[in-house]
Amino acid sequence: MSEIILTPKEQPQVPLEAKNITPDAFAGKTIDEIKELKIWHGNIQVALSEFFDVDGESAENASEMKIIIDGDVYNTKRIGQKMTAGEITVKGNVNMYVGVEMKGGKLTVEGNAASWAGQDMEGGELVIMGNAEDYVGAAYRGDWRGMSGGKITVYGNVGSEIAEYMNGGKMIIKGNVAIMPGVHMNNGVLIIEGNVVARVGGEMAGGTIVVKGVINEFLAGFKYIGVEKEIEVDGETIPGAFYKFKGDHATKGANGTVYAAVAGNGHIVP
Amino acid sequence: MGNGGIILEIVKNVVCPFCGTLCDDIICKVENNEIVGTINACRIGHSKFVHTEGAMRYKKPMIRKDGEFMEISYDEAIDKAAQILAESKRPLMYGWSCTECEAQAVGMELAEETKAVIDNTASVCHGPSVLALQDVGYPICTFGEVKNRADVVVYWGCNPMHAHPRHLSRHVFARGFFRERGRPDRTLIVVDPRESDTAKLADIHLQLDFDRDYELLDAMRAVLLGHEIHYDEVAGIPKELIYEAVEVLKKAQFGILFFGMGITHSRGKHRNIDIAIMMVEDLNDYGKFTLIPMRGHYNVTGFNQVATWQSGYPFCVDFSLGYPRYNPGETGANDQLQNKEADAMMVIASDPGAHFPQRALETMAEIPVIAIEPHRTPTTEMADLIIPPAIVGMEAEGTAYRMEGVPIRMKKVVDSELLSDREILEKIVERVKEIKASK
Repeated sequence: MSEIILTPKEQPQVPLEAKNITPDAFAGKTIDEIKELKIWHGNIQVALSEFFDVDGESAENASEMKIIIDGDVYNTKRIGQKMTAGEITVKGNVNMYVGVEMKGGKLTVEGNAASWAGQDMEGGELVIMGNAEDYVGAAYRGDWRGMSGGKITVYGNVGSEIAEYMNGGKMIIKGNVAIMPGVHMNNGVLIIEGNVVARVGGEMAGGTIVVKGVINEFLAGFKYIGVEKEIEVDGETIPGAFYKFKGDHATKGANGTVYAAVAGNGHIVP
Repeated sequence: MGNGGIILEIVKNVVCPFCGTLCDDIICKVENNEIVGTINACRIGHSKFVHTEGAMRYKKPMIRKDGEFMEISYDEAIDKAAQILAESKRPLMYGWSCTECEAQAVGMELAEETKAVIDNTASVCHGPSVLALQDVGYPICTFGEVKNRADVVVYWGCNPMHAHPRHLSRHVFARGFFRERGRPDRTLIVVDPRESDTAKLADIHLQLDFDRDYELLDAMRAVLLGHEIHYDEVAGIPKELIYEAVEVLKKAQFGILFFGMGITHSRGKHRNIDIAIMMVEDLNDYGKFTLIPMRGHYNVTGFNQVATWQSGYPFCVDFSLGYPRYNPGETGANDQLQNKEADAMMVIASDPGAHFPQRALETMAEIPVIAIEPHRTPTTEMADLIIPPAIVGMEAEGTAYRMEGVPIRMKKVVDSELLSDREILEKIVERVKEIKASK
């Protein structure tokens, strides 16, 4: 696999939008051509080389290419937008919309990500080693079809409304979650290993949410089914005992499932 | 009537330029080209017409030089404003809710011309309602239907007794075609954690815990769909009272849900409205049920209308790439300021200096701020350039949208030598075009 190394120069105050940083956009181009690819700085278009040093070796196909962003790009948005193949590794933080509408390949952020990481994701794998903010794997504003495939893993904590309108795929959050994970969820799997503040699966119609930590407050729209052990989710067995709930019965015809670990969640059982 | 030789003039059918109720039956007493009294207006509307004591009005454009304001001409001020906007990489234009639609339309043109982010005060009031209605719909009606038909009126998270003082008298106490006795023909439900002056009038007061609107609505919807509540209380309200309230809502012939800041900005924001709208939709399985957001500024609704006609998006519109994009959370005024994205700001017809959080104000203090504003406000104190306009609804005419989306023509009551918001903006657009063409 050939490697292209982007070394960020100073990040400007007005954010950059770099949807061209994908293996798809770089494939088949020489290093000089990649340097001239356009990115947006506020309302002005500039060459990629104005904010990044570009080095390494290009490849004909996106699937044979790995892009390494060797530094912190905390003020750069839309890295990896619509990528279909290959790899991107960011050795620092990223701004909003990392891996938005991703269709394939693998994108790893070693630092933190701002909101809308993996928005409308269709395939591939997005890994965030640090924290992510709100709307991880959520839908575009006003859309009722969110993430439909692929896998998102966040090792740190996340904000609110993750997996909003989720339609498929898998999301694993190792840390804690604010409010409303899986709001309006229709399908897919959301596994939360940390704690949740409130409103798990609000208005969910389908899909499965597993919470291994503590759910602080729970919604009255869910119906308690009983305790299940060794639950089977997405072809995988999760050890331990879980309270099983169905709902959210505030929504017509709802058939979602929430599993909450028995340890620490006795207070949400009626 | 005379008063020391000055003729008192009476102007009828004036539209009040204060809140979204947009009362259109105000009578103004005018003396010597000045409004000296009103009839029918509420206290807040009255004080806007006659100017609150202590208010300081700007009569000349001003620019800040070495920390002090000095007077300049309109032409100089417009040139300076155009220079700032044309040279910025991410200008922000915020406010728009206390001016007329024609000025807002010119504002949209200016935003596109300068590739700016344009946002109105909805983003700190009913923006969550807009997001929710985009997700799940908007079963709305007009005031006339409420007055003539409503037998169940719900005020959720709002206190119209103080914020929209004539709202209750026009919709709850008023006699309507099918509600001949007025108040006795209607059941009033108020949902508010506090015992507000509106709640004191209620037949049923659901005094829920703070920030638990979504929890209560979730339970109410489940009950509405025939499920039981398995907990003794939800959101601090006993389940029996929830069953009782849902029964009243189900039996409504024509129900109306008015909702305000107490639900749009409590925990969960647009999701509270989303689930409230869904409850209203569910209630239509039983009778007729509708909703109206309690919009604050008199023409905050108008900006959302204008922005939607012109860009496809109601607020938080980002023209930076030359075409409109939209994502509240990224392109809202507070997002732009708190994330330190904006590098210049134009404020018109609102006062973010008084209402925005500290972190937003920090950015405002660092970047050039243009204020198109008639009065001395916390925003003008932070501004580098102040351009005073004539006040719409008093000194200039124009169109405004009432809270439920009915357009009403605002009257001009007295004359002013100042340019209107629209005229100022048209001149800035013209100058920006010249600057862009010369590059």
